[in-house]
Amino acid sequence: METIRAFFNMGGYGGFVWPAYGVSAIVLVGLIVMTVRSMRAREAELANLQAVLGSRRAAAQAQRSNRKVLDGDA
Amino acid sequence: MHRFANPTRFLRLSAAILPWSAGLTIVLMAVGLVTGLMVSPADYQQGESVRIMYVHVPSAWMGMLAYSVMAISSAVALIWKHPLADLIAKSSAPAGAAFTFLCLVTGSLWGKPMWGAWWVWDARLTSMLILLFLYLGYMALVSAFDDPARGAKAGAILALVGFVNVPIIKFSVDWWNTLHQPASVTKLGMPSIATPMLIPLLVMALAFHAYYVTVLLLGVRAEITAAKVRAIRLTQVHE
Repeated sequence: METIRAFFNMGGYGGFVWPAYGVSAIVLVGLIVMTVRSMRAREAELANLQAVLGSRRAAAQAQRSNRKVLDGDA
Repeated sequence: MHRFANPTRFLRLSAAILPWSAGLTIVLMAVGLVTGLMVSPADYQQGESVRIMYVHVPSAWMGMLAYSVMAISSAVALIWKHPLADLIAKSSAPAGAAFTFLCLVTGSLWGKPMWGAWWVWDARLTSMLILLFLYLGYMALVSAFDDPARGAKAGAILALVGFVNVPIIKFSVDWWNTLHQPASVTKLGMPSIATPMLIPLLVMALAFHAYYVTVLLLGVRAEITAAKVRAIRLTQVHE
C-alpha cells in the first residue's frame, strides 16, 4: 500500500508527472481514433458510391438489352 | 521512387506494414511506460519529475520529424508532381501538430516545478510554439480551397517556407541564452545521460516513431480513398 502511494506521489511531483502522461495518452489515443474513423467513413462512402454506380450501370445495361429485344420484335 | 507512386501498390504495402507498426507501438509503449515510470531511477537534481522527459523529448523529436516529412513531401509534390507526396504531407500534419502540442504541454508541466514558471518566452519554447502555429496554419490552408490540388499547392509552399523554423528549434539552445537545457542525447560523441534513463527514453522514442508511421499510413489510406470518391463524383457530373 505504501509503495503504491509512493508511486502515485512521485516524490511530490505526482501533480506534474501524471497530468503529463495523462494528456499524452488522451491526445495519442484521440488522434488514432479520429484517423481510423475518418478512414472508415471514406471507405464506406466509396463502397456506397461504387454500389450505386454498379446498379445504375446494370440498369442501363438491362434497358439497352430490353430495347434490343423490343426492336427485334418490331 | 515512382514504384511507390502507384496508389494501389501503396495500399498493398501499407496493409502489410500497418499490423506491424501498430503492434510495435503497443509493445514499445508498454515497455517504455514500465521502464520509464517504475524501473528508471529518479534524477539526483530533478527527482521524480525527470520522468516527464520520457514523453516530452520524444514528442519534441517527432514534432520536428513530422514537419520535416511534411516539408520534404511538399518539395517532392511541387517539383515532381508525385501523386502520393501531397497526401503524405497532408497526413503528416495532424500527427505533427499533436506531438508539438504534447511537447509544449508536458514541457510546461515540467517547467513549473523545475523553473518555477509554466511558460517563458525563450527561444526554444517560442520556436516550438511557432511550429504548432505552422501546423495549424498548414491544415487550415490546405482545407480552405474547393479544389484540393490548389489547397495542396498553397500548403506545400507554406510548409517549405516554415521549414526554416526546424533548424532554429534545434539550435536555439546553442544560439541564445535560455532556461532550456541543451541536447544531451544527440550530442557529438557520448550522450551525457545515464544509461538507465537513456533506455526508457529511446524505447519511448521508438514507440512514438511506430505510432507516427501507423497514423501516417492510415491517413494516406483515407486520403487515397477520398481522392477516388472525388474522381467518381467528377465523372458523374460530366456524364
